[in-house]
Amino acid sequence: MQLGFLVDLHLCMGCKGCEVACKVENEVPLSTWRLRVKYVDVGMYPETKRTFTPLRCNHCANAPCERICPVSALHYIDNGIVNIDKERCIGCAGCIMACPYGAIYIDPETQTADKCTYCAHRVASSMMPACVVACPVEANIFGDLDDPTSNISKYIQDHKDTRVRKPEKGTDPHHYYVGGGDVNLNPLASERIEGYSLFSKLTHLPVGGHH
Amino acid sequence: MHTVVEATHALVTLDVALPGIVWGWIITMNMWAKSIGTGVIFMLFYLLKKYPNEAGYLRFPVIVVSLVFIHIFLLFTVLDLHQMFRFWHIFFHPHFTSAITVGAWIVTGLVGVLFLMAYMVFLKKDTVAFDKLLPWAVIISIPVTLYTAAIMAEATARELWQMPTEAVQMILAATLTGSATLILMGGKLPYVAKRDLGIVLGLSAAMAFLLYMSEMVFGPMKAEEVMATLQAVKGAGQYTTMFWIGQLMAFIVPMVLVLLSISSKSESLLKLAAILAIAGLWIVKHVWLIIPQLLNLS
Repeated sequence: MQLGFLVDLHLCMGCKGCEVACKVENEVPLSTWRLRVKYVDVGMYPETKRTFTPLRCNHCANAPCERICPVSALHYIDNGIVNIDKERCIGCAGCIMACPYGAIYIDPETQTADKCTYCAHRVASSMMPACVVACPVEANIFGDLDDPTSNISKYIQDHKDTRVRKPEKGTDPHHYYVGGGDVNLNPLASERIEGYSLFSKLTHLPVGGHH
Repeated sequence: MHTVVEATHALVTLDVALPGIVWGWIITMNMWAKSIGTGVIFMLFYLLKKYPNEAGYLRFPVIVVSLVFIHIFLLFTVLDLHQMFRFWHIFFHPHFTSAITVGAWIVTGLVGVLFLMAYMVFLKKDTVAFDKLLPWAVIISIPVTLYTAAIMAEATARELWQMPTEAVQMILAATLTGSATLILMGGKLPYVAKRDLGIVLGLSAAMAFLLYMSEMVFGPMKAEEVMATLQAVKGAGQYTTMFWIGQLMAFIVPMVLVLLSISSKSESLLKLAAILAIAGLWIVKHVWLIIPQLLNLS
């Protein structure tokens, strides 16, 4: 079994329901996110459009975070999920330096690394990840990539514009996007200027809170 | 009327705040102290081979300096951990694909050999045993010097740090600071030995400078991430001034001073070059550590 994720960006409307569901389900502390939805506006007024991109751990087959972790706190489980053992983590932040997707953070409460686990605890109980359940338009598709009859496998087969983020890194991500372009998937293709956040002008936060 | 849409004009309009610097000055201290701790071992080996009688008195002080700086390096390594009291996990739950783990184990071996050497030369007064252990210390010091480069190479997200360039930079940092430290410590050495150390210092500085400049010019031609990263040290970049102060202090001025000292046989100029190289290397390492972390990854 190899679990994977696919987001159909044609369907996503940026409601952030998945982001909130993830926060609640996993008790993700303030100032950190396992999953976030990024808005990028493209074009010049009046010819503009807004794109929405949910970003989470890619659960790579060749995961740099797993490789660099000195104590196997980051490890694969049988269903292909890259999981984390927070009791074992020493907080060296090597995984944060290695992840090309910026998907890992230091939990300010436990001072250990943390990230999306595809809700491994829910999957173990045969439930879908919280973000999948919360999505009102079924833009999140989760399932077994090894099973050709699974929804995710059929979706990938039916959509020729399926992409992953940063394929050149050789990480072999198990997280796919349909309908994504450079502005969605390449952070260097868009500009971040002061004040992009809706509620504050904070652009950066200290890693792990006060360390 | 037809309107041209500037499709490439993309702006992030809503997102979370990004993480700040992950590995900061504590890691700079780590790399800098380790360069000195291993570099003096390399240089002591050279001096004892070439000037066995004149350099003999350096056996004990060099081991002390090496032990002190290796322990500064280890202290800052542990201080940087968010869960520093779990450091022992590296030894009881090791994961050997990680350069962090491999490095920690090898450094432990080096510390053991260094303490044994200190015991031989200080308590047993046995310089023969010391000299037999020295090649082993040199051999173990090589991976100790290199393993931080392996960590940087495993940091897949930071395109700027590539193997083998970083490995060469680590060795050059060790020979630069090792020769500089021994220039400052070797007051009783004959001038020819100091001149040799000066030549090692000057050549290390020249080669390291060449590598940095090559990266500056050719790196952006290969990868857009490197191009974006190096914007921080070009033009009005956030770290441009610091980068060039570091290059001047660590490499350019010491190279010139070594040339002047050789032509005038001035030991004072050599000492000035040594101090500048040691201080400048901290700045160089710091800038190169920080700038890839300024890049947004997602």
